Amino acid sequence: MDRYFLIVSTICFLAAVVRTIVELRAGMFRPMRFNFFAVGLGFIFQTAFLSVRGHALGRCPLTNLFEVFVFLAWSVALMYMLVGPLYRLSLMGAFTAPLVVLLQGFALVAPIDIRRPMKVPANPWLEFHASISTVAYGAFALACIAGVMYLIQERQLKTHQLHSVFYHLPPLTDLYATITRLVWWGFALYTLGIVSGFFTGHPLPRVQVVAAIAVWLLYAAILQGRHLRWLAPRWVATLCIIGFSVALALLWGIEFTAEMSPLP
Amino acid sequence: MNLFCLGLSHHTADLTTREQFTGSATAESILRQTGCAEALLLTTCNRVEVYAVSQKRVSTDEIARCLMRRIDIDPHDYAPPFYRYETEKCVQHLFRVASGLDSMVVGESEILGQAKKAYESARTSGAAGPYLHRLFQRAFRVAKQVRTHTDIARGSVSVGSVAVDLAQRIFGKLSDCKVLVLGAGETSERTARALISRGVTDLRVSNRSMDRACELGQAVGGRAVPFDEWTAQCREIDILITSTASETPLLTPAKLAPMVHERLDRPLFIIDIAVPRDVDPGVNEMDGVYLYDIDSIRSVAEQSLALRRQQVAAAEAIIAEHVADFLDSISRGLNRPSQSAEHPLLGENPLRASEL
Repeated sequence: MDRYFLIVSTICFLAAVVRTIVELRAGMFRPMRFNFFAVGLGFIFQTAFLSVRGHALGRCPLTNLFEVFVFLAWSVALMYMLVGPLYRLSLMGAFTAPLVVLLQGFALVAPIDIRRPMKVPANPWLEFHASISTVAYGAFALACIAGVMYLIQERQLKTHQLHSVFYHLPPLTDLYATITRLVWWGFALYTLGIVSGFFTGHPLPRVQVVAAIAVWLLYAAILQGRHLRWLAPRWVATLCIIGFSVALALLWGIEFTAEMSPLP
Repeated sequence: MNLFCLGLSHHTADLTTREQFTGSATAESILRQTGCAEALLLTTCNRVEVYAVSQKRVSTDEIARCLMRRIDIDPHDYAPPFYRYETEKCVQHLFRVASGLDSMVVGESEILGQAKKAYESARTSGAAGPYLHRLFQRAFRVAKQVRTHTDIARGSVSVGSVAVDLAQRIFGKLSDCKVLVLGAGETSERTARALISRGVTDLRVSNRSMDRACELGQAVGGRAVPFDEWTAQCREIDILITSTASETPLLTPAKLAPMVHERLDRPLFIIDIAVPRDVDPGVNEMDGVYLYDIDSIRSVAEQSLALRRQQVAAAEAIIAEHVADFLDSISRGLNRPSQSAEHPLLGENPLRASEL
């Protein structure tokens, strides 16, 4: 039953993607209303799915890879709604929707929604750790999207080839400020997530700890490089894309090892 | 009632011919001399057009005679370049004109202001009545819709506006940007003025002749900087406009590299309009530096025009919808005889009836 909410949500995001592609091909993209409402509606159905699933489980729905992917997609949409009107009304929605469709589409198609035979007892620290870390991933995902937008804008400005999409992208300096803001948010939440992991009362698998610290160090390096002006904005944007790809791969790895050796 | 439009434009007549029909007539004089019920004269540097409503057909010659500056010229000589559109074609033509589709630079917005001015002038003089009122109000709505729902007005097509547009794509708000104008040429001045009009407040001018720098600085509301200090300014500024007569590049990657390193997180936008160029093209390869010379600015302008031309079909579709709707609303207004008895105003004009 709860999967229907997810299917409807995915259709909403897909509608935003299709509309964007059609409009960009026609050279008359208007990012404002439709994308915002489609993403907003998709977000409502995502929330409904998580709520129903959470009630059924009696805990935060982060018990398998399927739920992690949906929660991550929800975090991306949440960050998009929160990140500020300038970006909400610009092309960022059009870039956010495909990522959400990919995450949710994969979650729906792949056989990863494996229910555990017994109800997992609620552990507030574990749930806090898992949910806050996933929201941090949402911020990193949006920083990655802003990074893609930055590189497109930068490339067009450097090559003097300005396409229709150029006029709908936010200014370069605003995009850079957004990337920085999102990475800071993500980093702070991720730090909180890692710290809370040590309070769960369970021994943490070494692989998970190492992977989590590796992601933390990567984003710390991006922030440090940006702060000390070692990294040009172009490199910050590129590293945000690489960083999220690595983080996503590690998240998969963490979930995979967690399913192989579940916590009691 | 016959609604028609008659005129000359850059499509049909050269400047010499257009000059012969510009400046002598007014909407009232056309009303007086032709017996039209309503008339409006739209005169711009690219067109002379009369929009009129009449009970009986008014010939092209009659209107041409009203528009002519010299009465000793036979209007027949000028008949070929005149175009004439009746009813539906007239409505469509006005909607296209107001939307900038018929302009020399497709999508330019100046024509809308000129049409509004022409309408206001005809309205205050009493030459435009309810028919033209309705037609022009709809034309203004159509123009707005076309601009909002298509990319017809996107991009810029002159050096100054391309520079401003690009600066806004890089920096967003320009009010915090520091601009240095190097070389006090005419194009630099125009570009500087365009930037000031978009909010730039910190403008510095540097020139080999300090007097000329002070002069331009005063003219545009900036301050003069000695020529030997301009390189150091690159640490602070966000936009550099350069147009000196130097035979060799003034700015090279080697010269700029230490300054760029200090300002790594702040972009530097360089507009080099000098020929030969003042800035080495290799500067564009540096992180955070965006160099545009005169050729690349022209290329951006051409891309903008091409983009606008791509939008014509979408704009035409919007216009076609409005033409059909407008004609439909007019015909509905004409077929309401019963209402005229109820409201005295309705009997005066069917268009006023449909408006009410």
